[in-house]
Amino acid sequence: MDRIDPLLMQGNEAIARALIENGCVVATSYPGTPASEILSGVMSWQKAEGVAMHVEWAINEKVALEIAYAGSQSGLRTAVAMKQVGLNVASDPLMSAVYLGVTGGFIVISADDPGPHSSQTEQDSRLLAMLAKIPVLDPDSPGQAQELVALAFELSEEFQVPVMLRPTTRVCHACQDIQPAPVKKLGRTADFRKNPSRWAATPNFRYRLHLELNEKLARMAAYGPTAPRRLNPGARANKAIVASGAAAGHAREIMKNLGLWDNIPFFQVIQPYPLHSEFTTEILRDFDEILVLEETTGVIEMQLRDRDKVRGKLSGAVPEAGELLPELIEGIIAGFAGVTVPAVPQPPTGGGRRPTLCPGCPHRASFYAIKKTAPKGIYPSDIGCYTLGANLGGVDTVLCMGASVSQAAGFHHAYRVTGEERDVVATIGDSTFFHSGIPPLIDAVTQRSRFVLVILDNATTAMTGNQPTPAVPLAGGVPVEISSVVEGCGVRFCKTGDPLDLPGFTRLVKEAVEFARKDSVAVVIAKSPCLVDRNRPKLQRDQVEIDVTCTGCKVCTSQFECPALVFDEATKKVTTDLLICSGCGVCMDVCPSRSIKPREEKP
Amino acid sequence: MNNQQLIISGVGGQGILFITRLLAETAMAKGFHVLTSETHGMAQRGGIVISHLKVGDFSSPLVRPGQADGLLALKPETVPLHRHFLKQEGWIVANAPPLAIVEVAHPLSIMDADSLALTMGNPQSVNLMVLGRAIAESGRLFCTAAEVEEAIQRKLEMKKGPLDGAMAAFRAGLGATP
Repeated sequence: MDRIDPLLMQGNEAIARALIENGCVVATSYPGTPASEILSGVMSWQKAEGVAMHVEWAINEKVALEIAYAGSQSGLRTAVAMKQVGLNVASDPLMSAVYLGVTGGFIVISADDPGPHSSQTEQDSRLLAMLAKIPVLDPDSPGQAQELVALAFELSEEFQVPVMLRPTTRVCHACQDIQPAPVKKLGRTADFRKNPSRWAATPNFRYRLHLELNEKLARMAAYGPTAPRRLNPGARANKAIVASGAAAGHAREIMKNLGLWDNIPFFQVIQPYPLHSEFTTEILRDFDEILVLEETTGVIEMQLRDRDKVRGKLSGAVPEAGELLPELIEGIIAGFAGVTVPAVPQPPTGGGRRPTLCPGCPHRASFYAIKKTAPKGIYPSDIGCYTLGANLGGVDTVLCMGASVSQAAGFHHAYRVTGEERDVVATIGDSTFFHSGIPPLIDAVTQRSRFVLVILDNATTAMTGNQPTPAVPLAGGVPVEISSVVEGCGVRFCKTGDPLDLPGFTRLVKEAVEFARKDSVAVVIAKSPCLVDRNRPKLQRDQVEIDVTCTGCKVCTSQFECPALVFDEATKKVTTDLLICSGCGVCMDVCPSRSIKPREEKP
Repeated sequence: MNNQQLIISGVGGQGILFITRLLAETAMAKGFHVLTSETHGMAQRGGIVISHLKVGDFSSPLVRPGQADGLLALKPETVPLHRHFLKQEGWIVANAPPLAIVEVAHPLSIMDADSLALTMGNPQSVNLMVLGRAIAESGRLFCTAAEVEEAIQRKLEMKKGPLDGAMAAFRAGLGATP
């Protein structure tokens, strides 16, 4: 086979490439930062290499995991990819699948987000791997992620267990020059072998499976290919540094910069759980002080059972929250080695700008209509771009995927039962509604909960990069209409409107609020496409300009908060940023003095 | 030039990922190893976006404060936000109107790419203009204008319209008077 030139690949693309290289046949995912580009990468490489696969954006992570797992039960190599909070959703099947085991290699990719940069928690998926009792591999870079995918399939098939691959944001969203490997042709066909005592095990059998699993874990803690790697065999000291994941990459570079590479032994842990037993014994025997650098919890540290020798998160030497940035690691390593480093230049305090809904985003209009209609309402919201409605005062709560619907019901009942009626208007995106908004909506109908649910339907999963939704599937998929799902849940008020028609949409929300006050749950579908969706043609619309009648009241910049409208302190009037105005024209209806007009002159 | 570390920053939607990857591919074409770190997710919605680019032998994708050779600021406001990444002799190239930035410690080159992009009818091309402006200061970046143009060519060879626009923007930055 011809050697392919190295390519610049993002960590997620390198993982995707490695899945194809190693004969993965079923790959599933639900998008979530920082894991979203894994499945789109699989789709591109599958097409480029012309391999037969089932690749799908599933409705949620639990469904994604179950579909991929059945492929593995059929003897094929399969994988599921998600972000760390997605693993919470998928943890139910995962916990059980570990006991049953696998036939074909099965990789559960759970991408963590120390920081967090784009998540509701900093949870460490490796801790969930411990809870589930599955081995977990922790790459430090896109290149190592490519290597560990191959290793994960081998480990999974050797021990017949699912294997977790746990990259972090700095692996997923790093780019590196990657040498693609040839694609293995395994030539397997689906071959599910019935064995009810295993695949449909009752509690009695589960106990035996648990014993088997413990025995596998002990053997995996002695498996050579995933053992910790001593990267500087020449270094001799009574101290050692142990690191895994992105922290290992930072630490190596810093040790070289500080001139410590030839002095302090450095071990990179590839498989943080189960930690190799011989390594544990030897490192505690051979060294007086051991520094452990890992994200985000002290998973390796807690398996190195020695409170006197081990420095890490549990001992207080390393912060237990936040990302282990290289400048932080530099200070920790310098302190551990007893060398001094110059003070790190500090970033300014304050400054920056918060993220905001895009200019022309239909969600901005929806929030404006909701605030106008139910100014004293409670506004539960959900996970997606529209979480940014918090800037507009249109979002009071964000908990987890789908919680807006159940929380809306919860607020309604809390007030009702204590003698007060309160308008509750919840918002949820179309993809999030499909993901986990449907069961709570049925619950709301059954329990006579009275609130308004506005489904912000922009026909895409926008925040994570415009993945398809069940209503707008990829070519060959069968679309499922949101309105028919809502009606099928038993909701008696379900109407659709275009939020960019602000007066008309505001009337619709009003109608829904009145219905919910006296009857039952009401659903409004705010239908208007995402403007940054590259799958759609760019709209040609007139930008706006502000005439001399502008009073400088700032309603458009503060209440409506469009980034394309800028208050000019010099003239005390608003101007348009023509680099970004999308021409949605909603601000013309927002302006109290009607000073915003379509722009005559084209840029 | 051996190793080079750069910070490229601005706000979501300005095409920071595009020029970061373009430079990384330019470096690879010259036989260098590269590591970058990108901003994705919520911050891309109009928030501050920062890319780290390291050309040469590195194992961490992040530039430490005080280590960057240069800062490419696509908004004037990211100069004060990210100048702490620069090493003592580090330089800044920024998109800003004349006199918008006061900088005494580091050499600063500016161009008003926003105005130029509007004049050229190509509001999405500020990123390549600033890159062009950075290359115009000879000897700073690890690559030449011709090498970047080859990389643009390879990246957009299937897309005639965007390719012409990108080349025009890059050259406008190259030719922009200080």
